[in-house]
Amino acid sequence: MTADAMTPLLDRKLVFVTGKGGTGKTTVASALALLVAAQGKRVLICEVDAKGELAGYYEAPPTGFKEKEVQPGLFAMTMDTESSMREYLKLQLHIPVVGRIGPVAKAFDFLAAAAPGVREILTVGKLCWEVRDKGWDMVVVDSPATGHIVGQLAAPQAVNGLVSVGLIRNQTDWMLEMLSDPAITGLLAVCTPEEMPVTETIELATRVREETTVELAGVVVNRVLPELFGRNEEAVFDALTAPGPLEELDGLVGGDAGPVLEAARLAVTMRRTRSTHLERLREGIDPAVPLLYLPYLFTKSHGLRTTRQVAGSLGEELGL
Amino acid sequence: MAARASGGRKGQAADAPAPSMDSLLATKEIVVACGPGGVGKTTTAAASALMAAINHGSKVLVLTVDPAKRLANALGLDGIGNTEHKVPASAFTAAGVKPRGELWAAMLDTKESWDSLIRQHAPDEQTRDEILANPLYQNIAGRFIQSHDYIAMERLYEIHSTGEYDLIVVDTPPTRNALDFLDAPERLADFFSSRLLRWLIVPYRSKLINVATKPFYQISDRILGTEFMGDISEFFILFQTMYDGFVERSKAVGRLLSDRRTTFVVVSTLEATPLREAEFFAEQLTERKLHLGAIVLNKVLPDYLQGRAGAKVAETLKDRAEDLAAELSPVLTSTDATLGDPAQIARVLTEVAESYLNFQVVALREMEERASLAVAPDVLATVPFFDTDIYDLAGLLRLGEQIWV
Repeated sequence: MTADAMTPLLDRKLVFVTGKGGTGKTTVASALALLVAAQGKRVLICEVDAKGELAGYYEAPPTGFKEKEVQPGLFAMTMDTESSMREYLKLQLHIPVVGRIGPVAKAFDFLAAAAPGVREILTVGKLCWEVRDKGWDMVVVDSPATGHIVGQLAAPQAVNGLVSVGLIRNQTDWMLEMLSDPAITGLLAVCTPEEMPVTETIELATRVREETTVELAGVVVNRVLPELFGRNEEAVFDALTAPGPLEELDGLVGGDAGPVLEAARLAVTMRRTRSTHLERLREGIDPAVPLLYLPYLFTKSHGLRTTRQVAGSLGEELGL
Repeated sequence: MAARASGGRKGQAADAPAPSMDSLLATKEIVVACGPGGVGKTTTAAASALMAAINHGSKVLVLTVDPAKRLANALGLDGIGNTEHKVPASAFTAAGVKPRGELWAAMLDTKESWDSLIRQHAPDEQTRDEILANPLYQNIAGRFIQSHDYIAMERLYEIHSTGEYDLIVVDTPPTRNALDFLDAPERLADFFSSRLLRWLIVPYRSKLINVATKPFYQISDRILGTEFMGDISEFFILFQTMYDGFVERSKAVGRLLSDRRTTFVVVSTLEATPLREAEFFAEQLTERKLHLGAIVLNKVLPDYLQGRAGAKVAETLKDRAEDLAAELSPVLTSTDATLGDPAQIARVLTEVAESYLNFQVVALREMEERASLAVAPDVLATVPFFDTDIYDLAGLLRLGEQIWV
């Protein structure tokens, strides 16, 4: 290990998981949390994009703002900016019982909508607070998609640029310190070996570097197709699909082998198209950032079993 | 045109063709492509616009939000901001088609669109410049994603009202929630007419603070600092001057979306998560009395993966790989001596069979998802999985032909 080697993913305390829609961001986030919890650590996973899907990955009842244990040592919660604001006022600013002053709660909700960054600060602030004061070994954040994550991670700076004094300024200062520390915080980007996800991931890496203080801790390449054929085997396959041998094969198996061979052809071309995107990804991302490959899952459905499977693959990639 | 009179509507003549993307696009002026992220929304929007330009002889605009670079190149959008550009004839020639109409393309530049909106609504030059220079405005317009939802619809309205195009196909921005952009015009209007906004503005105007508003200011000042509160107030006081224009405009945008000349095309794949999201979205459209014109299912695995016969062949290949390889060896050796190794042939057969069985699991899951689809659009189109990327007009055409009839 060189002096400037990156902090390993599993040693970080606060991991934001992001990715373009449809790449399996929540799958990876839930698998990572499960993997870390399985090592006997206390883990909190937080769903920020409140679609209420996270619980399904553990086959647990719906989650709320108050964390609940969904697997041994693994707690799940759903972010809710209004609850976060109440908690923030009460615990951080010592302004109690907001609920009883109705208009004030409403006013803050309004303010959060009007003043840029306030909502983001409440979200990121809650997460930082969980890391600092609640003693979790790791907080995994199922973050907004790639298009939104930069705004969220850059919010403390944006607010610092706009607000020079006041309590919120003091808050953003320590949050910024925590987010900027690569030994504590890291961003994990999830993509698939396809054109747009790869392009977005490369763009994300640049934006994260330029606009935020958070370090990109790794890129998960999800749904990597298996290599079907080794050396010379593809030539054998090609020869098999010629009319003569195919006819022979049809006769031997007593049915039409065409579709089966056709499917293999599709799998081979798909993998080939994807491998060019993988190369582009490798070239476009800082070589110090590890790429973690997860296989395409040919499974019937999603659920705890799938999450475990993904956690297993992720563990192998991380050298566990 | 027969399709123009009857397309997609109930009670059509017996000899009228079944509703299709062809008939849907022939009868509408605005098509909004929406759905979850990562399902091929942009390519579907572009392919639909292309098909309409080719087949209907109309002037079609595709307004995209964030196209892949190579696709942007193909549409002549590289490095171009908000302005509309005609897709060059050379691109059509390269794809081997001769369009009857014209295809235009534009990309949405959020910041530029906001700026032009301010210029349009500001009462005077001074207000305009003050707003454009306000740090809060810069943040709202450029960075915070919710503003994209509104501006996409606003831009659609603006282009539609020029009457330049027979058909506008608009790609929607990736939203946290697929419904955000639908609510955006109304939310904006609500926002500006809010009583709370008036609270925020009053004291800095008149320094008149009453009992009800006092705690609000005390707490806000404590958290955000008086200076920042002042910035916020100034911004909204400036914005207030454009209030009437803005609210009027956002209502007009809302009306346009519910107009019968507008239809929505929901794009999805057959994976469970995006499909549930798409389904929810389709239900919401119907609930809001918006026209759900079509559902386009992208990246669907080919039918031949579903057959029971195929599975049986694959199982045989797997179980009897060695016997079969021995039998096939002479045939393959006769084509090329290096291809006759029985062990190698057996491995290939096993791999091929396993791959088929693996993909069949996915294909059957997709079929089940499709069968469970609980919404009924006028048109349900399916696009097979393309093994290569779509990055030029030829690719768009390949996709377009799948959904057209």
